[in-house]
Amino acid sequence: MADQALFSDLAMEYMPALYTAALRMTRNPADAEDLVQETYLKAYRAFAGFEQGTNLKAWLYRILTNTYINTYRAKKRRPEIADVEDVEDLYLYRHLSAGQASGLGRSAEDEALDRFTDTDVKAAIESLPDTFRMAVLLADVEGFSYKEIAEITDVPIGTVMSRIHRGRKALQKALVDRGSTRGLVGATDKAR
Amino acid sequence: MAGFVGCDETIERLYTYLDGELTEQRRIEITRHLDLCGPCVGAYGFEAELRKVIASRCKDHVPDDLITRVAAALDQEHTRQSN
Repeated sequence: MADQALFSDLAMEYMPALYTAALRMTRNPADAEDLVQETYLKAYRAFAGFEQGTNLKAWLYRILTNTYINTYRAKKRRPEIADVEDVEDLYLYRHLSAGQASGLGRSAEDEALDRFTDTDVKAAIESLPDTFRMAVLLADVEGFSYKEIAEITDVPIGTVMSRIHRGRKALQKALVDRGSTRGLVGATDKAR
Repeated sequence: MAGFVGCDETIERLYTYLDGELTEQRRIEITRHLDLCGPCVGAYGFEAELRKVIASRCKDHVPDDLITRVAAALDQEHTRQSN
């Protein structure tokens, strides 16, 4: 039998992070809440096998990720698009620089970035296909290392790097598309 | 010994550099390039800022009833295992 008090002491503090990830993955609050509850129940049941002192947060994310894949992805109706478009390096940066005189106001792009709201960023992340969305979330929102993400998602590090890299580019494309419709992003590319 | 790298290679390795996942030698090479190259430093600064913006814009408030629900589910599971 697992030590419930110890489990709660150690695991409950990760709920905000797990809930955010669950919300980005399922894209709706009801499913996200179910996913988080299911994750905690599974973790509690398996807690006796958890090696104290190792990475509890990564272990919880591994359970969350597997539960999502096995439960929520399976029941989703629309087929998952397994790939993302190939996007050039610095896609967002070049779009935000478009139309601005070079050498003037070097933080202009940073200021443009500030105009993206929570809703913009969340929607852009949620538009990514599952595997890329998961990689970007784990790397950029949660700050896990490549090695930790490889363990959480159970794929080789090379695959993790490729997914993060391409996921980030796709995210930049999604931000540009969203920014264009809101007039935050210039229409033309700046020459390299 | 660290060699010299150009803009293309710097931009190509920028994410891995920001992630702190390059080998020591590669990291030194990229840092040396960034010390000398204005356009690449601009791109580096932007990507670093973007990383912060993404993380900070992605917070969600945990519903109070979820905390209660999870605690209750764990209690129930504890009771079930005790019997």
